[in-house]
Amino acid sequence: MSHGNLQRLEAEAIYVLREVVATFSNPVMLYSIGKDSSVLLHLATKAFYPAKPPFPFLHVDTKWKFREMIEFRDRTAREVGFDLLVHVNQDGIDQGIGPFTHGSNVHTHFMKTIALRQALEKYGFDAALAGARRDEEKSRAKERIFSVRNAQHGWDPKDQRPEMWKTYNTRVGPGETMRVFPLSNWTEFDIWQYIRRENIPIVPLYFAARRPVVRRGGVLIMVDDDRMPLQPGDEITERLIRFRTLGCYPLTGAIESDAATVPDILREMLTVRTSERQSRLIDLDEAGAMEKKKREGYF
Amino acid sequence: MSYLQTAPPHDIEAHLTEHDKKSILRFITCGSVDDGKSTLIGRLLYDAKLIFEDQLANLGRIGAGNGREIDLALLFDGLEAEREQRITIDVAYRYFATGKRKFVVADTPGHEEYTRNMATGASTADLAVILIDIRQGILQQTRRHSYIASMLGIRHVVLAVNKIDLVDFRQSVFEEIAVDYMLFAKTLGFASIQPIPISARFGDNVISASKDTPWYTGPALLEYLEAVRLDPPVKERPFRFPVQLAVRPNADFRGYAGQVASGKISVGDPVVVAKSGQRSSVKAIVTFDGSLAVAAEGEAVTIVLTDEVDVSRGNMLVAPASRPFVADQLQAHVIWFGANPMLPGRSYILRTETDSVSATVTALKHQVNINSFAREAAKCLQMNEVGVCNISTQAPIAFDAYKDNRSTGNFILVDRTTNATVGAGMIDFPLRRADNVHWQATDVNKGSRAAAKGQRPRVLWFTGLSGSGKSTIANALDRLLHARGKHTYVLDGDNVRHGLNRDLGFTEADRVENIRRVAEVAKLMADAGLIVLVSLISPFRDERRMARELMEEDEFIEIFVDTPLDECARRDPKGLYEKAFAGKIANFTGVSSPYERPESAELHLETVGHEPVALALRIEQFLDRRKEGNEL
Repeated sequence: MSHGNLQRLEAEAIYVLREVVATFSNPVMLYSIGKDSSVLLHLATKAFYPAKPPFPFLHVDTKWKFREMIEFRDRTAREVGFDLLVHVNQDGIDQGIGPFTHGSNVHTHFMKTIALRQALEKYGFDAALAGARRDEEKSRAKERIFSVRNAQHGWDPKDQRPEMWKTYNTRVGPGETMRVFPLSNWTEFDIWQYIRRENIPIVPLYFAARRPVVRRGGVLIMVDDDRMPLQPGDEITERLIRFRTLGCYPLTGAIESDAATVPDILREMLTVRTSERQSRLIDLDEAGAMEKKKREGYF
Repeated sequence: MSYLQTAPPHDIEAHLTEHDKKSILRFITCGSVDDGKSTLIGRLLYDAKLIFEDQLANLGRIGAGNGREIDLALLFDGLEAEREQRITIDVAYRYFATGKRKFVVADTPGHEEYTRNMATGASTADLAVILIDIRQGILQQTRRHSYIASMLGIRHVVLAVNKIDLVDFRQSVFEEIAVDYMLFAKTLGFASIQPIPISARFGDNVISASKDTPWYTGPALLEYLEAVRLDPPVKERPFRFPVQLAVRPNADFRGYAGQVASGKISVGDPVVVAKSGQRSSVKAIVTFDGSLAVAAEGEAVTIVLTDEVDVSRGNMLVAPASRPFVADQLQAHVIWFGANPMLPGRSYILRTETDSVSATVTALKHQVNINSFAREAAKCLQMNEVGVCNISTQAPIAFDAYKDNRSTGNFILVDRTTNATVGAGMIDFPLRRADNVHWQATDVNKGSRAAAKGQRPRVLWFTGLSGSGKSTIANALDRLLHARGKHTYVLDGDNVRHGLNRDLGFTEADRVENIRRVAEVAKLMADAGLIVLVSLISPFRDERRMARELMEEDEFIEIFVDTPLDECARRDPKGLYEKAFAGKIANFTGVSSPYERPESAELHLETVGHEPVALALRIEQFLDRRKEGNEL
């Protein structure tokens, strides 16, 4: 059959979403507000049509997301009408943990990894869907679509279940949970093409605009609020920038770009020579950083 | 994704349309350890300028101290353990495109230990690049991976004869290996085999022709991958729609969601529910983007039928003129992944794309020798071995032969205790035995036989260590029940080994079979209306569960006779522990073979400090509490 590439990827993701709903008793979809989450939400709307997605959406809020992300999240939940759960690690807040004071490693561990574990346990979810892709990072390139986590939410990369064809082993033991990645085989380019084809709304931060930034160690950090401590020599300048990925604003580098529409972004991507996570500071902490986080329960 | 492009196209729309229509090739790299699989793909992407700058910079950082050359294998070996041991453990997926085609490459591990991960990559691939170290020639892993690739339905092979630089680019060495491989692969049924002399390290014949191999006139690897023609669909295959779930947003809508596994379907077409044979026709094909007139292979849709028929997950909607097999007995090629061997008689969960049933391997017909491809007799399959098995499922499943349909002809086997994926199967055909041996309906049935005896049939399953008191308690209970006029029988583990099971020893495989036979006999006796007391060590949870599932609901009562090992050894009524501790008895439960304690036995009897008769009375009281009316 001569289906286009996007059609094939869409069908594969829908198949995975349906397998999760058919075989788990309490699944949840992780909603991180980024472009991949927007695509995943759109696919969930398609997979169960005319029914609504039969699971809630969970956002683990570190309280350091870009303000525009939170506005977009609340607007989308209102307009699409999905069941949105927001979880914050209150212990972390009480201890005053943040990326500027504690560094990206500690911040990510407490406010993302631990927070996610707390939320999964609080609601007793047995499967968590998320939009991670194999082309993002090389330890992700190794992970299964259905990835078992032990009772401590840890990933054991040396003992993954074989995953043959699309006959997924969806069984988990007591305490174990499943992480499921329907977009495993999508590339960044596929995501943008699909956003264009389906007219999927995304956070405006992906589009170029003049925004206030400071340069920190070669990375452009946007000054999103007044919590950003300025050091001597820091100079806030207005630059024409956009973001390839979105996370906590102090940990996400911008790129200089004039791509203001989705076709502009696609055109830009055809000549870009760096990977999308290049500007994600948390991936660069140390060699094997992503794998280490995943073993601790991060996505 | 990496994408080769120097200047942005003028017409982005036209460019994207063309890009979306490019054909896709899924391939794996496989072969033995250190043949250079990861390096080859790294080289291919590097030379084709498909690696991002920051990823290259990262390589330098991790590989520092290894000389000035970039270690291209590190692009794929994404796990810490892989970088430390400098091997590939699990399959890595990588996506790239050239002007001609899109590619998904799965870089798979060479170690025998990680064969399951190689099979994972191969199960969704169209082509295999099999690497050979030219100094080593064809190794066992070359043969194993070739066999697995062929068994999983890969039709095209590139024989990448690597490290040609280390033999001074000599044509004769290359040709000798190519000829050897052609000869050995003759029986594997590949549609094409393309040998290419390469150097992954230096890039010879990887993306373009090498000046050092003027004698080689064939394509470079990338040229070949861009051009290789996959098998065109021979003819329209019959419609198969495995149902994933029923969609029922309200009382007015009932649809069946799934992905078309083969063929196509139009609104108005007749369909049959595979397992029941019920007929209906397609009223609508629903998607979020609007209703469709036709749905074809690969499309994820929701089908609404004109009639209210019984369809649920695990069933299939199919073409009436060409139906799948529906059977509970089948033959399949099985590749084993589990650390514990596959044992005939043991119960596993068999999972097809959407169905899940209890299943037992009834016979291991033969094992395939990975070196000679010869069929050899075997009692069990060890990890990474391949065999041909007869499989019996607890309920009929709908399927096709794997050679006809990779989607509806595959299954995995799942361990019931650990939930690990322990095997994968490719179905050959249904076994007719099930079709021709029908149940003979008898006029006098289980109910009437039990009623005549004034009792409810039961299977009381006593499990515990040797010397724990199972037989003693069973005997005491038997006397109590007999005195009340009940019809009983004691099936004792030792006694059946003198007759029915005298051909069985004490290996794990034989113990499983021992229990299966006793359970089947107990089932027949319960069918005859008897209360059956089974006294059997039955050390494994899986087999006790298998016995439980053979019986009717509430008929099976598991009684754990719990006596500590020290106490059993002290009693040692048959002098067996003394021999076992002296190493004179192999596989003795509790000493040299494990006993898996019951987790949910109906009765848990601790024997220390209690008389056997008192414990028998407790069981009798338990049965009385469970009785219905005045029956026991």
